[in-house]
Amino acid sequence: MGKIADILKTMEYGPSPEASDAVRAWLLLHDQGFGHFINGAVTKPGALFEVRDPSTATQIAAATQGTGADVEAAVAAARAAQPGWAALPGHERAKYLYALARLTQKRERFLAVLEALDNGKPIRETRDIDIPLVARHFYHHAGWASLIASEFPGSRPVGVCGQIIPWNFPLLMLAWKVAPALAAGNTVVLKPAEFTPLTALAFAEICVEAGLPAGVVNIVTGDGETGAALAAHEGVDKIAFTGSTDVGRLIRRATAGSGKRLSLELGGKSPFLVFDDCDLDSAVEGVVDGIFFNQGQVCCAGSRLLVAESVEARFVARLKTRMARLTVGAPLDKSTDIGAIVDPSQLRRIQGLVEAGRAEGAEIFQPETKLPATGSFYPPTLACRVEPANILAREEVFGPVLATMTFRTPDEAVALANNTRYGLAASVWTENINRAYEVASRLKAGVVWINSTNLFDAGAAFGGYRESGFGREGGREGLAEYLTVADLPRKPVAANPARFSAAPGPAAPGLDRTPKNYIGGQQARPDGGAVYSVRDPQGRALGQAGLGGRKDIRNAVEAAAKATGWAGATAHNRAQVLYYIAENLSARAKEFAERLRAMTGEPGESEVEAAIQRLFFYAGFADKYDGAVRAGPRKFVTLAMNEPYGVLGIVCPDEAPLLALISLVAPAIAVGNAVVAVPSAAHPLAATDFYSVLDTSDLPGGVVNIVTGENDALALTLAEHDGVDALWRAGPNAGEKRLEEASAGNLKSTWMLGEGVDWAQAQGREFLRRACEIKTIWTPYGE
Amino acid sequence: MHAPGHNRPRNSGTPLDPSWFEGVGVNASAVERRAASLTARRSVKKEYQAAWLVQALTCIDLTTLAGDDTPGRVRRLCAKARRPLSEDLLAALELDAPPTVGAVCVYPTMVAPAVAALAGSGVPVASVATGFPAGLTPLPLRLAEIAYAVEQGAREIDIVISRAHVLNRDWAALYDEVQAMRAACGSAHLKAILATGDLKTLRNVYAASMVAMQAGADFIKTSTGKEDVNATLPVSLVMLRALRDYGERTGFSIGFKPAGGLRTAKDALNWLILMREELGVAYTRNDLFRIGASGLLTDIERQLAHYATGRYSASYAHAMA
Repeated sequence: MGKIADILKTMEYGPSPEASDAVRAWLLLHDQGFGHFINGAVTKPGALFEVRDPSTATQIAAATQGTGADVEAAVAAARAAQPGWAALPGHERAKYLYALARLTQKRERFLAVLEALDNGKPIRETRDIDIPLVARHFYHHAGWASLIASEFPGSRPVGVCGQIIPWNFPLLMLAWKVAPALAAGNTVVLKPAEFTPLTALAFAEICVEAGLPAGVVNIVTGDGETGAALAAHEGVDKIAFTGSTDVGRLIRRATAGSGKRLSLELGGKSPFLVFDDCDLDSAVEGVVDGIFFNQGQVCCAGSRLLVAESVEARFVARLKTRMARLTVGAPLDKSTDIGAIVDPSQLRRIQGLVEAGRAEGAEIFQPETKLPATGSFYPPTLACRVEPANILAREEVFGPVLATMTFRTPDEAVALANNTRYGLAASVWTENINRAYEVASRLKAGVVWINSTNLFDAGAAFGGYRESGFGREGGREGLAEYLTVADLPRKPVAANPARFSAAPGPAAPGLDRTPKNYIGGQQARPDGGAVYSVRDPQGRALGQAGLGGRKDIRNAVEAAAKATGWAGATAHNRAQVLYYIAENLSARAKEFAERLRAMTGEPGESEVEAAIQRLFFYAGFADKYDGAVRAGPRKFVTLAMNEPYGVLGIVCPDEAPLLALISLVAPAIAVGNAVVAVPSAAHPLAATDFYSVLDTSDLPGGVVNIVTGENDALALTLAEHDGVDALWRAGPNAGEKRLEEASAGNLKSTWMLGEGVDWAQAQGREFLRRACEIKTIWTPYGE
Repeated sequence: MHAPGHNRPRNSGTPLDPSWFEGVGVNASAVERRAASLTARRSVKKEYQAAWLVQALTCIDLTTLAGDDTPGRVRRLCAKARRPLSEDLLAALELDAPPTVGAVCVYPTMVAPAVAALAGSGVPVASVATGFPAGLTPLPLRLAEIAYAVEQGAREIDIVISRAHVLNRDWAALYDEVQAMRAACGSAHLKAILATGDLKTLRNVYAASMVAMQAGADFIKTSTGKEDVNATLPVSLVMLRALRDYGERTGFSIGFKPAGGLRTAKDALNWLILMREELGVAYTRNDLFRIGASGLLTDIERQLAHYATGRYSASYAHAMA
């Protein structure tokens, strides 16, 4: 009896290996070890580290551990190349990016095999997903290079970008970083992950082939130390990092106060919501694409399954059946669903977390999937009965492990979904479009996929809320991260800084009238009960203000967090309130002008008038700063929605005490944020007068909260507060480092405006952009 | 000897119960994505591919449904059905026994010559009936046509449903009609053609599948081959999910037959992958899986010849059907 007859009995698929000859020949050419790619040339290999095929645990190459000197040389090359690169007409940069796209496409199979070999992910994914998306990203940004001058008039590149990328999508993450940077006229120093440097090194050859000018792209390989050297380098203008939240935090601290631009795309524990009316079978496939894609080593993996209790049993049964059909094996086999975990250390981490989850009460299911005898493999794993406190519900596993919980109502589904430090992505399965959008709008996530999951496109912004980071990649928003879209107008800083002293001092002559803090729409005495003296330029007491402290900030943040109705109000409604505030301020213009003159010695009329104009400006914008529909894959409506951060901390400068406050608060609340504002400590009285204007303007309580006191101390409390979602601060650069370090706690977005802002001119879209984060909602259609 | 599919407990049907399909979500976009990625997730090469192609061959309902069919044309088709592979191919493949196709499918008036030509081969004759392909002749005539075909010796009857009943949500009418047809079939198996290209939405496909099975269909079949759109992977996926759901509720294994549009060996492999992935190995065999096709067989022969000889073969080298 022949082989065919045997196969007919079992109908096995049999082996189906993708040829790897070309890749192995290429690796053989480099068997002395890879050097870096600096200033257009490959450096001599230095101290080498092993690069392994995780599916066989064998070494396939060696790459150079980047030293401080290597980083230095790369940054210098990027710096030298940057002016010339930026000076090229957009069309010229576009041609280079187009060439990178074309060359990537021509080497699609080579790169797909190399990626699978280096990372351990299945060839189906590198072939059908990773590499096509790489080419698409370069094409898309070739387009942007041509358009920047007309689409972002007045913008300029950031400069030299340090880019640190992870091992889970090595070449795709390179493309996400390099393409927009280059399109915008920046030059880059890129550090690929130590586990997976090979496709970046192959990309270096593509850069040479494309004739890219020397120094525009530099690639330095190495481990975390190399990355740390790059992040800390003073010659770098921007750091873009994708990786773990822990490392993101280190980078946040390392770059604090440096003035470096920063974008962080970090971890996630993304919910996957299955409602009872959805297409259950399709949702099962969604789970497969959500958590078993790339062995679950995906920052936006749908790792928390929230399923309606009424369909849980049916859904889980179908999921288990489906999981049993997943194949785990050789990455280069075309029938492999789940390849190798990138490194034994990651495998141990997954094993440890699953055991810990089991110990905490999770019921672990793994199908009887055959695993290869060698290499780092882990079976698809379902953890049922995972309670919200379970480690598997909270920690990012970064493996093929799905934690399951049930919900009863859409409200409960949303509450469970948002019960996490992270906010990267979410997947919502329902056949009811009302429900889909209701839930999508309430999820704290930068990307929401409706009846789909893990979809990406160069034109659609990707990035997280909360501790999943800040900044976006892809599309117009991603490009803006690589541009200085508009410089803030500046003027010389006053020679005599305003004075503030917390020491007890006198009140104004006459009847004592000491303003309190303004919290939740109420006047509130500072928690400590202390006050300080506010003086005029001659040092005479003008009055007193409350000396607010930590607990006042705490109370203010709590009040702001409760003011959620404001974000839900119509934009028209918010505009009306801003107009009303302007109207009431106008009615008291004379009094405010006098107050300003008393505090600053300057005539206040023009400042009050400018403040009224500013309120009008953002009232006008409130219903016009809207989102967009992205031209992504066919048969999807891909929305880019501007959503308010939530609670925004605002620390005001001493200059223009009323106008600066309103210039910062108005855009923030126009888009729906609630704010905790700390006015100038030296000149707080215009702000404290202002709350009685707010009181009479129909502004709901808690939308604007004002705490007076020592500026730096209150700012630090705001920076440290995990309930504050973003922090703006205008003031001397010296204070920025501490605040940005402190902001690492919940990785809040920070905007340090510095001092000397010309507040008379300081308005525009940039303020609105900084007040929002983008939520990308993917909705497929088809019948 | 049992004809394929005639070895299992037959579906006895159930009372009509719309709750089995109303409110079942079928998301077309997600189904299309799954169908598209499914065949990219699995690959069969070399001897495995040859085996899979032999398997596909045994699942073919070799079909001629043309206005110019004659007894002579049908005899030629039957000769091919009995012995689809040449002697040298058979030798190269080292099979236990020479394979035959799953059935021969013809119009009712061609049943008698087909039965005669297939005598002793074990290959059953299937007949379309019920006013194929539109199904709009009066019900008594459609039932009489079934009786005629059965009397002529057809073991399987491929009926067409009234699309109007689906489009107008008249589930009771659809149920009654298919149930009456099933009764008319007697011991012959009923394959219900849903004409999915006319039903348009995948929810309609799911509902029609479920009603046909509740009314006693032994097989559900995608298309007549005459609609604008015939068998597609997304439609097939939805029908497979329906028959799996029916099986879970009743214990009956219902067969599946895509028809129209499967022309290449690659198509056949894709559908076999679909069957194996969604329902398991049992559903790759011809008692539960048939492919309605005519030209497909030649392409399979050519691919098998390539496996056997290492050379690409010309279509004229294979005996025509």
